[in-house]
Amino acid sequence: MFDAGYVWTIIILLGVGTWMIRFSFMGLVGDRPLPAYFRRMLNYSAVAVLPGICAPIILTNKTGDFEPLRLIAAAAILIIGVWTQSLMKSICAGLLIYFGINALF
Amino acid sequence: MQTQGSFFRGFRQGFWSGLPFALVLGPFGMLFGVIATEAGLDLAQVMGFSVLVIAGAAQVTALSLMNESAPVLIVVFTALAVNMRMAIYSAALVEHFGAFPLWKRAVAAYWLFDQPFAMTAVDINKNPLRSRDERFGFYLGVAIPLGILWYVVTYLGATLGDLLPTDIGMEFAIPATFLALVAPLLRSLPHLAAAFTSVAGTLVFASLPFNSGLLLAALLALIVGAEIEKRLERRRPADV
Repeated sequence: MFDAGYVWTIIILLGVGTWMIRFSFMGLVGDRPLPAYFRRMLNYSAVAVLPGICAPIILTNKTGDFEPLRLIAAAAILIIGVWTQSLMKSICAGLLIYFGINALF
Repeated sequence: MQTQGSFFRGFRQGFWSGLPFALVLGPFGMLFGVIATEAGLDLAQVMGFSVLVIAGAAQVTALSLMNESAPVLIVVFTALAVNMRMAIYSAALVEHFGAFPLWKRAVAAYWLFDQPFAMTAVDINKNPLRSRDERFGFYLGVAIPLGILWYVVTYLGATLGDLLPTDIGMEFAIPATFLALVAPLLRSLPHLAAAFTSVAGTLVFASLPFNSGLLLAALLALIVGAEIEKRLERRRPADV
């Protein structure tokens, strides 16, 4: 269906490009110390990126509608996660709520 | 601040910590295998994506643009934009892996997807005293098993194809695990404020092209986190 050259060019460019993004700072900065303020900022990398990825997907489904169940499951994950500090418990609770209730109705 | 602790001890702990993600990466990788095969890629090409790119969201983005017969450069740049967030991950790990020889950093870079990064970031908060080697072991202990799982399930999806359901709400399951990941960090005020900034920023900048809204929001969130941390530190002596 696709031209093999088209597909492989994309795979290789995307593979090399992605690796270069991943290597960027780790590779080029090496053991030179980062500025103190920059280091302070980077402590927040996980909470600065991941919630942003989640927000649109939790607030709208594939058809662009608001699906309350997603927000409820997300709230359950956050509350259980903050409270128990356990990844396994919060993931299982969230997925059970979302997929369990979806399966029922 | 170095303590003893071996690579293998870290690897074992990373392996167990990362295991819950198998629950969602398994079906997601399978889904990629199925839809890529349905789109007309052969097995080698499907596996090429999962082994050489090893980034689910970018793989799906590339595939959907290829289905629209987009030119090579558009496909590549749009999918790379989805992966730009990994530059932030790379910067955050400099402090921990930067002193390693180049080949180790090159290997670490290959495995830098969301789950190993985020698990390592959470672990840095929880266990700040791990040695470099143990930290590296922890990171790879999360990454390598999940990466191999990614290859295997892609293969299963590509070969079993028709037998597997594809519309099972996977697009919610991955973000759900991201929330679970950051939840333990949200007991600290600067982390909580950064997370709110990330959410608000991404929604406000949603219309910006090439995923740049997410990156702009992330940048603001990093600054908010750092500023609040700085202010709390300044106030602390007065509190005592």
